[in-house]
Amino acid sequence: MREREDEWTDLMRSAISGDDAAYHRLLKAITPVLRAAARRGLARAGQPVDQSEDIVQDILLAVHLKRQTWDANAPFAPWLFAIARNKLIDALRRRGKRIFVNIDDFAETLPGETPEPTASPSEVTAQLQALPARQRDVLQSIAVDSASIKDTAAKFSMTEGAVRVALHRGLASLTTKLRDR
Amino acid sequence: MDTDQLIRTLAADNAYRARPIGLALMLALLAAAPVSLLIFFAELGVRPDVMTAMHNPFFDLKFAVTLALAASAIAVSLHLSRPEASLRSFGWWLLIPAGILVAAISGEMMMPQRTPMMTRLIGKNSMACMTAIPAMSLPLLVGALYGLRQGAPARPAVAGAVAGLLCAGLAATVYASHCTDDSPLFVATWYTLATAIVASVGALMGKRALRY
Repeated sequence: MREREDEWTDLMRSAISGDDAAYHRLLKAITPVLRAAARRGLARAGQPVDQSEDIVQDILLAVHLKRQTWDANAPFAPWLFAIARNKLIDALRRRGKRIFVNIDDFAETLPGETPEPTASPSEVTAQLQALPARQRDVLQSIAVDSASIKDTAAKFSMTEGAVRVALHRGLASLTTKLRDR
Repeated sequence: MDTDQLIRTLAADNAYRARPIGLALMLALLAAAPVSLLIFFAELGVRPDVMTAMHNPFFDLKFAVTLALAASAIAVSLHLSRPEASLRSFGWWLLIPAGILVAAISGEMMMPQRTPMMTRLIGKNSMACMTAIPAMSLPLLVGALYGLRQGAPARPAVAGAVAGLLCAGLAATVYASHCTDDSPLFVATWYTLATAIVASVGALMGKRALRY
């Protein structure tokens, strides 16, 4: 457990210093842990666990957009679990449940405990349709068609800088829409 | 969009760097400050005897209290903008201005006074104090909350209340140069009430504005 969390901290430090691959690996590594904890939280609240993927995506977006609040000298896991706990409580509250979420739910979770989810249209997908056309096109190109920033720029005859701006704005407004829905 | 696709998209946005919260807060406060100063100079202005008042230690102590409030609330605000932070470790910082105030009151008690205690406490400017500090705080509060939206506070209402303390501290610092009531008893009563109003407004606004 310790080792895993130290690895996360190292990956996050590399990510912040510009290593995109490390960032990708980090997000991949934390996802099963978040998924298992989200399922457990839903189960405990008597909610269907198949909604866990929406919560996982919520957490990932928050992790991404609030990275600047992580102190690079501190361990990554407590910061991650604080965000995850906040988002899980939020999700349960939205479903009209008030339950106590224990932070240990996250810390004690082993990855691989739960199966990969079956694909179903997520809330992110639904909100994606409500974005301005430019942001939606860029997000779709990168997410669904797995195009690079460069290819996306060529496809829409935009500069790479403009693609980056649209990408970030798209993610930020997606998060706002998910929060205020 | 499935989770793998989302992760790929987030990784593609890794180059984006948000402004550090301290800088965001400072810029937002600087942008809002002219509005508060405009209210001050249009409605109040510096007291005419400010040059002599500066030699009165109790006049100067007002600034020590309000600046200590602003400074400690800035530190606590920045701390609370982190998701894993709570008031437990840093909250006592907010007691520093209260401590200065208590020391100032005991200091005044030990000195011979011409006016009775209640007269000093009630003062002449209580209503001005109760309206000017919240009015000057409000633009700052809007700015501060805007800047703090970069953060991810675990309890948005608490973070909003501390932002309220911060803005009340700054507004009270400016207001103190207008107010002719220098007794720490006056400060402890009316400045505190005004600050409590701003902190409550901050809590209400922060609850919505600082959710992430």
